[in-house]
Amino acid sequence: MNIVACVKRVPTTEAVAKPAADGKGLDASEFQYMISFYDKIAVEQAVQTKEAAGSGEVTVLTLGPSSGTKEIRECLAKGGDKAVVLTDDDWQSRDARSTAKALVAQLSAMNADVVFMGRVATDRDNAAVGPMVATYLGWPCVTDVIGLEIADGKGSAKVETDAGIETVEFQLPAVITCQKGLNEPRTAGLKGIMAAKKKPLEELAPEAIENQSDVIEVALPPARKEGRIVGEGAAAVPALIDALQNEAQVL
Amino acid sequence: MSKVIVYCEHTGGNVRRASLEAIGAAASAGAEVVAVLWGEGASVAAASAAGAAKAICLTGDASFSPDAVAAAVTEVIQSEDAKGFLAAASYRGKDLCPRIAAHLDVSPFADCIEFMAAGESFQVKRPWLAGKALATLGTTGGVLCATTRLNVFEPVDGPGPSDCSEHAVSAPAKATVTSTEAKADAKLDVNEASVVVSGGRGLQEAANFKLVEDLAAAFGNAAVGASRAVVDLDWRPHGEQVGQTGKTVAPQLYVAVGISGAIQHLAGMRTSGVIVAINKDAEAPIFKVADYGIVGDAFEIVPALTEAVKAVKAQS
Ligand SMILES: Cc1cc2nc3c(=O)[nH]c(=O)nc-3n(C[C@H](O)[C@H](O)[C@H](O)COP(=O)(O)OP(=O)(O)OC[C@H]3O[C@@H](n4cnc5c(N)ncnc54)[C@H](O)[C@@H]3O)c2cc1C
Ligand SMILES: Nc1ncnc2c1ncn2[C@@H]1O[C@H](COP(=O)(O)O)[C@@H](O)[C@H]1O
Repeated sequence: MNIVACVKRVPTTEAVAKPAADGKGLDASEFQYMISFYDKIAVEQAVQTKEAAGSGEVTVLTLGPSSGTKEIRECLAKGGDKAVVLTDDDWQSRDARSTAKALVAQLSAMNADVVFMGRVATDRDNAAVGPMVATYLGWPCVTDVIGLEIADGKGSAKVETDAGIETVEFQLPAVITCQKGLNEPRTAGLKGIMAAKKKPLEELAPEAIENQSDVIEVALPPARKEGRIVGEGAAAVPALIDALQNEAQVL
Repeated sequence: MSKVIVYCEHTGGNVRRASLEAIGAAASAGAEVVAVLWGEGASVAAASAAGAAKAICLTGDASFSPDAVAAAVTEVIQSEDAKGFLAAASYRGKDLCPRIAAHLDVSPFADCIEFMAAGESFQVKRPWLAGKALATLGTTGGVLCATTRLNVFEPVDGPGPSDCSEHAVSAPAKATVTSTEAKADAKLDVNEASVVVSGGRGLQEAANFKLVEDLAAAFGNAAVGASRAVVDLDWRPHGEQVGQTGKTVAPQLYVAVGISGAIQHLAGMRTSGVIVAINKDAEAPIFKVADYGIVGDAFEIVPALTEAVKAVKAQS
């Protein structure tokens, strides 16, 4: 099976937001980076899918900076066979459509049976690239998957919706976006890390596609108003009830 | 007046509150609203779409296909010449919106907390980096597609549409929902409830979540939430996790019990109306965002608070 896992380099979840000087983006000068939380689940699912099929190849695909290959090698150390990096130092400011279209251009030439993505990248929280890529390609897509079986060119996925657990059936090729609970991502062993250094990593220039969404302003959220400690222990309960009833009027 | 198509989910013959809020968002920008509903009972539920000038029911296969329904909604957006598309930022809305945006070749905006008119078009305000920043965004395309964060917009207080026309879902289904295992109980979802009581590792073991459940039950309209630490420990299901890699909630009242207040947890609840924190460590970061805090042992404070809330509720 020909399997692709799409991963994005995002600021760590500890990152502090600071609007950029022009007010149209975020100041990235102090960011540390990681592979987006859900994309690690996507890589793991890709590797498990190959293992279950008994043969095949896992390609890790990213659109990101040329300096981001450390994180991509990590994905190879966890079982990816090769990587394709669409090099773009402005990857963080692309909107969901322009990222999706650049990935689509690459995926069209890759002949994948299944593409795994994260349910959302924890930077702009778009949760859009997976279903957009599938729609542009004319493929089925199941989002936020927590259970998956793939066999004989078909798949069956479980997703948790507000109504309950849905079972969704589809044909390959397909795009699957991964939710927490689908699997437990493995940690890379020393052997994997050594092997990853020799795995092929191809750098290509992505299609330049202009952003369609228009950033008008990026600002910090209004600060919460100063709170207070109403007291210590169970003795403080009446004071809390009084505040909730009379001051905050939520009770 | 520009037109906005709002995808309305419904259950038991009524449009869901989250979708009514999406209509409210469109109305707050002065838009003319057309409600679109899919599935059995859609024509009955359409009447409850308060604030919509008209309704369009999607007809076709009995089983739901996200790709086929997205294609049909796109046809409606185009035939109505709408300038906006909104859905609630529920599972269904967040799944459909980017598909529709791709059909229209625009970039969608998830989890919006403001929806504003901008000439013929619209603008939105939405969180980036899990709410650590807020971006105001517009579209250079023909249609602004967005989902609205739950519990942020007010539904319209007014009548629903008096009639419902039909539009057939005609695209072939690529993926199909073949069954739904209904939830065991009618528990409120954390991102829908107006009160959320969340527990963290300070509760020491899974069984002690009884304290949190009892407090939620005393409020009545409350859901139970959890920190990632206790979800990772398998004390609580992932559906209850609040935070950057869980759900984002904005209830009127958020009560954090035995939760330290890590940045990833705060990202999921800092826009709540009123925040109460109960923690034995006076230095815990949760107190920095809390409106009201009690320092002390949750095992002593929570049962007393539960009794006090019950007493207030009994009076009203
Ligand atoms: C990539 C990433 C994503 C993450 N996403 C999330 C997320 O979505 N949501 C999330 O919540 N976390 C998330 N985290 C984890 C987060 O960093 C914290 O580890 C987690 O929130 C801690 O959970 P906690 O507050 O329950 O536990 P702890 O940090 O262990 O805090 C327990 C608290 O309970 C208090 N306590 C102990 N005993 C008592 C008692 N008897 N009475 C009262 N108080 C008591 C302690 O003082 C302490 O403050 C994420 C982390 C990473 C790296
Ligand atoms: N620059 C990128 N390179 C590769 N994959 C990406 C990129 N951006 C988004 N994705 C994929 O799309 C998913 C959803 O991202 P988003 O729509 O930005 O929340 C991510 O979890 C990735 O799997």
